[in-house]
Amino acid sequence: MAGLNLLSDQGFRIDGRKPNELRRIQCKLGVFKQADGSAYIEQGNTKVLATVYGPHEIRGSRAKLLLDRVLVNCQYSMATFSTGERKRRPRGDRKSQEMTMHLKQTFDAAIMTNLYPRSQIDIFVEVLQSDGGNYCASVNAATLALIDAGIPMKDFVCACSASFVNDNPIADINYLEESSGGPELIVATLPKSDQIVFLEQNSRLHEDNLSKVIDLAVKSCKDVYTVLDRTVRDHVSEVSNSHGWDH
Amino acid sequence: MIIFTLYNGEVGDVVIGRIIEVGQKRWKVDTRSKLDSILMLSSVNLPGGELRRRSEEDEKMMRNYLKEGDLISAEVQSVFSDGALSLHTRSLKYGKLAQGTIIQVSPSLIKRRKTHFHTLPCGATIILGNNGSVWISATMNEETEQTGGYEQDLEPVSKGDREVIARLRNCVIALSEHQMMLYDTSVLYSYEESLRFNVKDILKPEIMTEIIENTQPRLESLGT
Repeated sequence: MAGLNLLSDQGFRIDGRKPNELRRIQCKLGVFKQADGSAYIEQGNTKVLATVYGPHEIRGSRAKLLLDRVLVNCQYSMATFSTGERKRRPRGDRKSQEMTMHLKQTFDAAIMTNLYPRSQIDIFVEVLQSDGGNYCASVNAATLALIDAGIPMKDFVCACSASFVNDNPIADINYLEESSGGPELIVATLPKSDQIVFLEQNSRLHEDNLSKVIDLAVKSCKDVYTVLDRTVRDHVSEVSNSHGWDH
Repeated sequence: MIIFTLYNGEVGDVVIGRIIEVGQKRWKVDTRSKLDSILMLSSVNLPGGELRRRSEEDEKMMRNYLKEGDLISAEVQSVFSDGALSLHTRSLKYGKLAQGTIIQVSPSLIKRRKTHFHTLPCGATIILGNNGSVWISATMNEETEQTGGYEQDLEPVSKGDREVIARLRNCVIALSEHQMMLYDTSVLYSYEESLRFNVKDILKPEIMTEIIENTQPRLESLGT
């Protein structure tokens, strides 16, 4: 990958974006009928499906029951056909286990967990096509699915990744940029209150540049928020129009 | 898509649920609410009259009355502080459900009425549970209805009755697809409008829309 020029002299990235430009986001709410909430999101070539069930009685071991708040149960999985190389990924593999943990932590922080004591909310995330930023797309999809299910949250959770190339921070990195060995910073925020709920960094980044990259990632999260917010509003007005509700 | 999918119980609601666990002096019932509901042994009518004392025998016999997987209709007796429901079936109209069909719709579509048990003139009984579960069965004769359902009538249902039940089911699905409130009149009117079609055709989107479009003005002319 060393030969690749991640940022051209004209200031464009491999896929033709500017450094602070996001990939195109397309999303849809309510894709499944039988789930309580569901959403589908495409961020460039990364495609993710999320479904939410609950809140319902704790299934499985009662030992997980929490007396004062709801148990958030996540499951992250990648389809066999999601990557360039076809690969069977059993749910127990380390990478998805870690991702599951991260998602759980993120949504534990964002859902108003104290409203549903002794119950459980299930979030299932399936990556259909992976082109970098899997965590970000998963978080954004799960946020939409939770909204579709009508589960109270403090705010949207929006996630975006960022990297640092040739003294320039770049936003929403794709698979090529992710695997080039440069630094990768993943941030999930509550955009309205500017709070960071999740931050992860891979590989090394000089301290002096850190704030620049974080700032860009947080700003990108806000851009993601604008898109998600518009989708939710469009969806709700579409539904209410089709049912003839006054609003 | 449904905006409020979860059922929030209130005292006095009629619900339809499924027994999922037989415990000490209580049954756990899945009523599609946030938490499982509880049906105490002391709040059911046991066969043999209302004033029967509940002995230890009864506790051991619990699984003979209601076992896992049984469907029951019940009323909400109280709501616990965490939102879980306590049910009772201390009336002969509640109890175990025998033969019929269940449909799950959004709880917000069930209109709150004085009564949720309707014996329709077309020869079927419909229970519109406040939790969004709708139960349709053939109308039984008076005596079997009054046992609280502990003696299940497992005689084969006649073809005519089954057709009526299937038609009603499809009508209820049609109403819920179009976000129409479910109550006796709306179900009956849509049933009448559907009589022109084959039972299986009701589920075709265009026919569904036609039935609903014919039902709507009739309901509006009633002023409801």
